[in-house]
Amino acid sequence: MASIFAPTATRPSAGLAASTLGIARRGLLKFLRTPQLVVVGTVQSALFLLIFRYVFGGAIGAGGLDYVDFLVPGFITTGLLFAGMGAAAGVAEDLEQGFVDRLRSLPIPRSAVLAGRAVADTTLLVWSLAITGAVGFAVGFRLHGGLADALAAFGLLLVFGFAFEWMFLTLGLFAGTAQAAQGLALMVFPLTFVSSAYVPVSSMPGWMQAFAEHQPVTVMVDAVRVLTQGRAAELLLGHGAGFYVVRSLAWSAAILAVFVPLAVAGYRRD
Amino acid sequence: MTPTIEAAGLRKRFGKTVALDGLDLVAEPGQVLAVLGPNGAGKTTFVRTVATLLRPDAGELRVAGHDVRRQPGAVRRVIGLAGQYAAVEPAMTGRENLRLVARLFGQDGRAARVSSDRVLELLGLTGAADRLARTYSGGMRRKLDLGASLVGAPRLLLLDEPTTGLDPRSRIELWDAIGALVGAGTDVLLTTQYLDEADHLASRVVIIDHGRVVAAGTPSELKQRAGRNVIEVHTRDRADLARAAAGLAGLDHDQPQIEEATRRVRVAVAAGTDPLRDALGALDAAGVAVEDISLRPPTLDEVFLALTGQGLEPAAETTAGHPAA
Repeated sequence: MASIFAPTATRPSAGLAASTLGIARRGLLKFLRTPQLVVVGTVQSALFLLIFRYVFGGAIGAGGLDYVDFLVPGFITTGLLFAGMGAAAGVAEDLEQGFVDRLRSLPIPRSAVLAGRAVADTTLLVWSLAITGAVGFAVGFRLHGGLADALAAFGLLLVFGFAFEWMFLTLGLFAGTAQAAQGLALMVFPLTFVSSAYVPVSSMPGWMQAFAEHQPVTVMVDAVRVLTQGRAAELLLGHGAGFYVVRSLAWSAAILAVFVPLAVAGYRRD
Repeated sequence: MTPTIEAAGLRKRFGKTVALDGLDLVAEPGQVLAVLGPNGAGKTTFVRTVATLLRPDAGELRVAGHDVRRQPGAVRRVIGLAGQYAAVEPAMTGRENLRLVARLFGQDGRAARVSSDRVLELLGLTGAADRLARTYSGGMRRKLDLGASLVGAPRLLLLDEPTTGLDPRSRIELWDAIGALVGAGTDVLLTTQYLDEADHLASRVVIIDHGRVVAAGTPSELKQRAGRNVIEVHTRDRADLARAAAGLAGLDHDQPQIEEATRRVRVAVAAGTDPLRDALGALDAAGVAVEDISLRPPTLDEVFLALTGQGLEPAAETTAGHPAA
């Protein structure tokens, strides 16, 4: 026994990829082995989709699109932000409970801790995208574009999710406690509701339209909408897929450019 | 040989609060060093600085010869940290938790398996190794957390209040585990507010207060420095306390202290057993019914009081050395 505990002068350390994967695996296991997270998250998003589809849907006009075809791309995209609230609370909890301290005291690249979390949470998005997609199809959502376009939409959603993840990691790291993080994460409400996700922006008062038109969620939703609905969505929204895809990717890059350094600074700070 | 820890003039402040105020300290290899002090004395700040989690504002700090500011990576390769919280993942088994940390230390799959199994065995967790950590008791989680700081075979183990909040039995089990490690050659830096813990585990004790060292030495050196034995009398009747104190007052120049709640009178006396005989005579003459009487070296709490003029735990003076936890 003594041999294994005999102190060694120098020890190797894990590289960026290995550390990131190890930490990501922990994030995935935490989700999969906590039934409350899996069940509550899934039921909640299905429930809200049904409410929008059947309770509000009848009262909302969506131009040339069926409301369900208008809604589901918006619902799936904004779902990324609601999932992100959990990421903010999760990282704050790791800080509070000393898990981050443990990782920071290990000889691993510091970026691996945040990268591991981002990889795990983005992987979990595949799950929630699949669930909301399936419920969407069940209540009448249909693809009116090509399959390649639909796959592109799926890929875009993962990119958006990855970008927002860093925004929420930053929130969680600066909030300090899980409760404070959850409070700060309420900022997702203006971003999600004051967008084109659930209702056409043209139905909002003018001052609100100005915000809704120019915030990232609207562009992202519209990119997914045009890719899944094809011509009808282009006519409704006024531009082709390329217009929205390029802009939504630019927004994603901008969000990453701002929040990756901020998250790293939050992680490094004393 | 390179000291395990070398701190000189270490300073750290948080806003207006000065946590470390010119701390000087050297830990030689082969030592268990206990940093003892009241809440807010700077113990945790010091450990976090050694662990490279905090950057000192001023002063020098070397761990195994590596500067914490310039070579934090090298420092992280020689330390293992177990903090005040059980930083384990509740949704993973004990074994998975240890393997994750072992892999992060750069061990390959096989090495991680072997070192995790050894640590589980050392800590007596083999039977629970495949249960999720969320089903563990508080004491088991702390042990697992201690294990996580060990799988990397650190040269220096940092334990920040390792037994705070544990029940007495778990504390003793954890002490035994720490004792076994020390036998295997790991250096330990331990913080505690528990005197018996420092007394039990440490070969050297540093007492800090307000971010600076107020005394350092082996537990027995510190007790000697406070210099004097203590006679403690437990009276049968509360009414006798004042008379007992008056009787003992003649023994020495020290003023006896009365503790109403436990019916005890304490007085510091010179070395040797003569004062005990004198005390018995004085109590007898005063007609005090004595439940029991003892002559003992001072506790670290009394040493702390003598050195700083202030008790360790203001609310717990009556139970010095016996934390309620």
